[in-house]
Amino acid sequence: MSKVFIALQTNDDTRSIIQAILADNPHAIANEQPAMVKIDAEGSLVVRRSTIEELIGRDFDLQELHINLISLTGHVDETDDELTLSWNT
Amino acid sequence: MDMKVSKKKLGLKEKYQHMTRGLGWETTYQSMDEVFPYAKYEGIKIHDWEKWEDPFRLTMDAYWKYQAEKERKLYAIIDAYAQNNGHLSVTDARYINAVKLFLNGISPLEYMAHRGFAHAGRQFPGVGPRVACLMQSLDEIRHAQTQIHSLSNYNKYYNGFHEYRHMLERVWYLSVPRSFFDDAYTAGPFEFMVAIGFSFEYVLTNLLFVPFVSGAAYNGDMGTMTFGFSAQSDEARHMTLGLEVIKFILEQDPDNLPIVQQWIDKWTWRGYRVLTLVGMMMDYMLPKRIMSWKEAWEVYFEENGGALFKDLARYGIRPPKWLDQIEQDKDHISHQAWGTFYNYAAACNFHTWIPTDDELDWLSQKYPNSFDKYYRPRLEFWREEAKKGNRFYNKTLPMLCQTCQIPMIFTEPGDPTQICYREVDYKDNKYHFCSDGCKEIFEHEPEKYIQAWLPVHQIYQGNCFNEGVDPTAEGFDPLAAVLDYYHLNFGRDNLDFEGSEDQRNFEAWRGMATKNT
Repeated sequence: MSKVFIALQTNDDTRSIIQAILADNPHAIANEQPAMVKIDAEGSLVVRRSTIEELIGRDFDLQELHINLISLTGHVDETDDELTLSWNT
Repeated sequence: MDMKVSKKKLGLKEKYQHMTRGLGWETTYQSMDEVFPYAKYEGIKIHDWEKWEDPFRLTMDAYWKYQAEKERKLYAIIDAYAQNNGHLSVTDARYINAVKLFLNGISPLEYMAHRGFAHAGRQFPGVGPRVACLMQSLDEIRHAQTQIHSLSNYNKYYNGFHEYRHMLERVWYLSVPRSFFDDAYTAGPFEFMVAIGFSFEYVLTNLLFVPFVSGAAYNGDMGTMTFGFSAQSDEARHMTLGLEVIKFILEQDPDNLPIVQQWIDKWTWRGYRVLTLVGMMMDYMLPKRIMSWKEAWEVYFEENGGALFKDLARYGIRPPKWLDQIEQDKDHISHQAWGTFYNYAAACNFHTWIPTDDELDWLSQKYPNSFDKYYRPRLEFWREEAKKGNRFYNKTLPMLCQTCQIPMIFTEPGDPTQICYREVDYKDNKYHFCSDGCKEIFEHEPEKYIQAWLPVHQIYQGNCFNEGVDPTAEGFDPLAAVLDYYHLNFGRDNLDFEGSEDQRNFEAWRGMATKNT
């Protein structure tokens, strides 16, 4: 199966986002590099608003991801509640 | 009938729908074909622009909000970096040469990308891609500006940054990135989107912005790290746009497949050739290394690109051509490029050097199949010669490839000891190429590529001297005349790092930063 990934800057804003992604995607692997974290996952990966909100204790708009996002791969499906990355194969 | 109570706030999808699609209309005073004159000539058939789906449903109001926040973060870091004399905290002054290459060779492409997306956006009859192109066009001018602002801090202290605009259109090696973008920009809007939106952004820019920029952070360059990641945060959106373009075009009409495939083959190869420069930056110009070019290639091209093309196979798309050669080349191109710049360092606006022993060991370890056999002995020989006072600066102008404009430095697939030459007779001239890829690209559009402005040809034709210079005068020094024309200061901007003004200044200033003298 193909891998998707999302890469985020390493900072205070992303610490909880990364934690949420890893909690929601047990198959994902975080790979720490200088100033960035790259999360790889087989097949698909979901970023869930509710999990992030629980961790940060405030409302979170998934589009806030854009501020600290470095890169990603896969088809993107974005709703108010989830951002999903996936390949069709 | 029950009235459906409308929600107070629109959902993301509905909001996006209202804020993009609702803004378009069919023209009546002039025909749509007259208003969008480039929409059909490339042969791409679009039946329903409404089928366009923008996966990041970003509307202009949200765009401004998030971009403003990115800018505030970026400038806070750039200011702090400048106020704190951050340039003195980079690992080693050799590193600064990597950002010279960035400013001279890459930032101007961001500006061309801005123009290209503004143009493509204007030419698409569909509203969805128009909005996406508008945002990308704004992103790209932001990238050009933030890179120039950030790197202008280095221009206050170091040589080689002073005339990037002037040099872009003149200096020999800068014709490589420039002609790449000129080629894309002068294509039709669909080809531009496949060239830059898909092949460059999706398949290749990760290699530039992710490992290299992470490397900048590793080497203490906060300025480059912050503009790099800030730019890349837009790239995620661009990549998504690039992928959407491909899917949209392919789903619209089966006749589009062969056209798109040919563009993917061409632009993956073109982009791959340009990235030779980045390979060299990663393997030779970052004093503290994060990953080799080969490793980055394997993660970001082979793994990600592989997943992408496996996914696109359902449309009949196959992986780009010449992958066999690309696969072999990853052991070689960064070394071949650095060897070339070391040879031509007299005509460069940055400094070169022979890697230190521990850096040579690192390269041996990262390139077990090629480095000790082909490249290390050469570098060690040059180092010995330089020690003996025989530092050789090549003044013979190299033959250039008509398509990618890189000197003929690449080797035959399967034989790294043999330079690869290809040629084509077209009309009354012979044209030369570095590879099967570049040759085939030429053969597909010869009338375009015979117009190439090749720096070596131009020098020999006498077009690269300042006005009033007489090449027939006694004692005429062609290299000096060309460097004048480039606005390149001999002995300051060029030659070896060892003994350069940059090296001396950095040492002196770093000393002042840590001692009370």
